[in-house]
This record gives sequence, C-alpha cells and structure tokens, in this order.
Amino acid sequence: MSNIMTAENLCLWYGNTQALKSVNIEIPEKSITALIGPSGCGKSTFLKTLNRMNDLIPGVKITGDVSYNGTNIFDPSVDVNELRRDVGMVFQKPNPFPMSIYDNIAYGPRTHGIKNKAKLDDIVEKALRDAAIWDEVKDRLKKNALGLSGGQQQRLCIARALAVKPKVLLMDEPTSALDPISTSRIEELALQLKDEYTIIIVTHNMQQSVRISDNTAFFLLGELVEWGNTERLFSQPNDKRTEDYITGRFG
Amino acid sequence: MRSKFDEQLALLNKEMIEMGALCEEAIAMTAKALSEGDLSLAAKVAPISSEIDHKERDIESRCLKLLLQQQPVARDLRQISAALKMITDMERIGDQAEDIAEIITCLNGRTANESAHIHDMAKETIKMVTKSVDAFVSQDVELAKSVIGLDDTVDNYFISAKNKLIEIIASNPTDGEYALDLLMITKYFERIGDHAVNIAEWVIFSVTGIHKEE
Repeated sequence: MSNIMTAENLCLWYGNTQALKSVNIEIPEKSITALIGPSGCGKSTFLKTLNRMNDLIPGVKITGDVSYNGTNIFDPSVDVNELRRDVGMVFQKPNPFPMSIYDNIAYGPRTHGIKNKAKLDDIVEKALRDAAIWDEVKDRLKKNALGLSGGQQQRLCIARALAVKPKVLLMDEPTSALDPISTSRIEELALQLKDEYTIIIVTHNMQQSVRISDNTAFFLLGELVEWGNTERLFSQPNDKRTEDYITGRFG
Repeated sequence: MRSKFDEQLALLNKEMIEMGALCEEAIAMTAKALSEGDLSLAAKVAPISSEIDHKERDIESRCLKLLLQQQPVARDLRQISAALKMITDMERIGDQAEDIAEIITCLNGRTANESAHIHDMAKETIKMVTKSVDAFVSQDVELAKSVIGLDDTVDNYFISAKNKLIEIIASNPTDGEYALDLLMITKYFERIGDHAVNIAEWVIFSVTGIHKEE
C-alpha cells in the first residue's frame, strides 16, 4: 500500500507556543488512521495542517514538509482550494448549511463549476448513498437540512464532503456529539468508505480507534510519541507514555 | 484515576495466588500420601481439586467482568488474558493431583519405591508450580524462565523412574501392576510440570507481549 500523505519534521507554532514538534508520519492510501492523545496534544492541529486549515489562524508558523501524492502542500504553486477538494474535512459538531439537503450536497460541486441539473442530481444521489443516508432523505431532498437528527446531520456533512470527490477525508471527532447508534453508523460508514478513500480521524474514544482504524498515532504535548498498526499499538505499545495513556494512567 | 480498576486487578492477583496455593497443597498432599502410603491423606486431595475447580469459575467470571467493564488494553489486556489461560492449566494440575491420589488408593498402602526418585520428582513439580504463580504475581520474566528450565529436570526424573520401573518388572513380575501404577503416577507428575511450563509461558506473554509460539 503506498502512502498518500507523509509529514516530515513538521513543526508548528501558534505565536510562541509550539504545538507540533517534528512530526514524522506516513498515511497509507485507503486505510483509516486514528489520531489519539489527551486534549491539547496537537492531534487536531496536525489534522488541520493536512489541508492547510491552519492557514486561516493568525500567527501560525510552520516548518517541515507535508506531502500529498508526492507534492509539498506548502509549496507556493499549490492551489489551496484544490488541496481542500482532495483533502476534505468533517468536523466534530455537524454543521449543515441552513439550506435544503440537496443544496447542501450540491454546494461544493456548484462552486467547482458544475451547473448541469442531471449531473448534479447524480452527484447528490451518489454522495448521499456513499454516506449511507440516501434511504432516509431521498423523499425530502428539498427540506431544510437543519431538520435532520444529529446523526443524520453528521452523515449529511460526510456526504457533502464526498460530493467533491476527495481522496482523503479528515474527521475531527466526528462522533463525539452523537448517540451510540449514530456513532456505530458513522463507524460502519468509515469502514465502507476506506475502500475508496483514505480516512484520518481524531478520536477521544480509544475503543473507536481499536474498532475501526488500521493505524493509530499517539500524540502527547505536540510530539508524535508512537504510530503504527492499531492492534500492535493497543496490545504492545513500544513507548511507556503510550502504555500509560491508553491504560488510563494519565490523560 | 484508575483506582477501581487497579483494585480489581489486585483482587485478581490475590485469587490467582490462592488458586496456585491450592494446587501446591494438592500436589504436596499427594506426594506425602504416596511416600507414607497414607490413604486417608490421599482421600483429602479430591475436595481440594473441586475447590480448585470453583476457583477457576470465580477467576473466569472476574476476568470476563474486567474485560467487559474496563475494556483493557496493552499490559492490562495481556495480564487478564494470561490469567484466563493460566487457570485452565492450574485446573488441570488439580485434576492430575486427584488422579494420582486415586491411584495411591489402589496401591493398598504400598509406598513409592525409593530408588525411583518419585518423591524428588514431586518436589520439583511443586517448586515449578509455586514459582510459576509467583512469577505471574510479580510479573517476573526471569523467574518464569527458570520454571521452563526446571522442566528438563522433571523429564529426566521421569526417564530414570521409567527405567527403574522396567527393572522392577523384570526382576519381580508379580509387581507388574504396582510398577505400572507408579509409572502412571510419574507420568502425571511429568504432566503437572508441563502445565507449570505453560503457566510460565503465559507469564512471559503477560510481561513482554510475546508468546513462545510466535
């Protein structure tokens, strides 16, 4: 399996505070990588760096490389909009736009210039099917998305991210606001999606990481302490700090 | 932060020690009954064996509860799963002590032939069982390895006992049944040693994450 993204000596500062300390990691294509660690350890910062969401925060300084398909994403020639189309993001709290279900999904493709109604219909249906929510919403596509349940809203947001045909999906604690049934739907969905997409997920739920991820990366105080095969990491961690964190001795 | 969990793990260790102590007691009693030809002592082994069976059930349900409630990972997961495997071996040790005690009652008060070193063999196996449980409790890989080393001593005792028993049959054919009973007894002691080795191997897995088969 080849690596779709890699970080090399990635350091990031918010002003004078160093949030990432020389992170080195490889993200294999079409796999699920879970990022774990206590609050403030840098895992969300790392996630947001992968599609340059951190560019929007004033005072951010980044050194080192992140490459996507072999290209350094910080290279001046990189079009950030294109990067974000390929590397999509789903947030912790479902954030549908205050418009119809259909328009939520069609929003991205429209901004990328697709106007043809039949083509948009196809894209919307495929995205909703891929996000395992089509059957629940196919009869009310014109209804406002805010009327959906939390779990449905989150799957809608995943569908919206999928509509622009990304290669990588970044998920920042996508189930932390959801009930157990919605959570297991999203987990099932993530497992289905990895046939086509690469998923990187930040989670505070370690059992979730064990259940769905192929690889797990453990962050602590801005440092990537350890990363590798999930089963190995949770049964025989190499670093004592990893062991202490996953067994609940701190954090 | 995880005081409840640590408390439960400590209780698990305590029960493992108790089960190990029962195994030692069963073997020691069997060995004594054999060397003294004491049938009443031999009769006391079966109740200990059934106590060991109960202990196995208790520990098993404690482990399952811990898996369910704590969803352990890393060292905790290895410790609990190793305990689950170890109690199967300990339960077999209890059964085999009981089997030996049953054979002793068939010996009609005759004791084991001194030159067959059966008593020495019993002493070694008791040592192996004690050490393997101690190794689990103190998570001591070196101690566990020493148990695995002792298995050769026990195996050698078995071979020399077998040769001695062949001699007995050859020189006194009427003692054939007696010699075969003793052979069964030595075989059971040899098996007990093997179970202690299994326990020691799970201790090593519990600490290092590596089982010898890997």
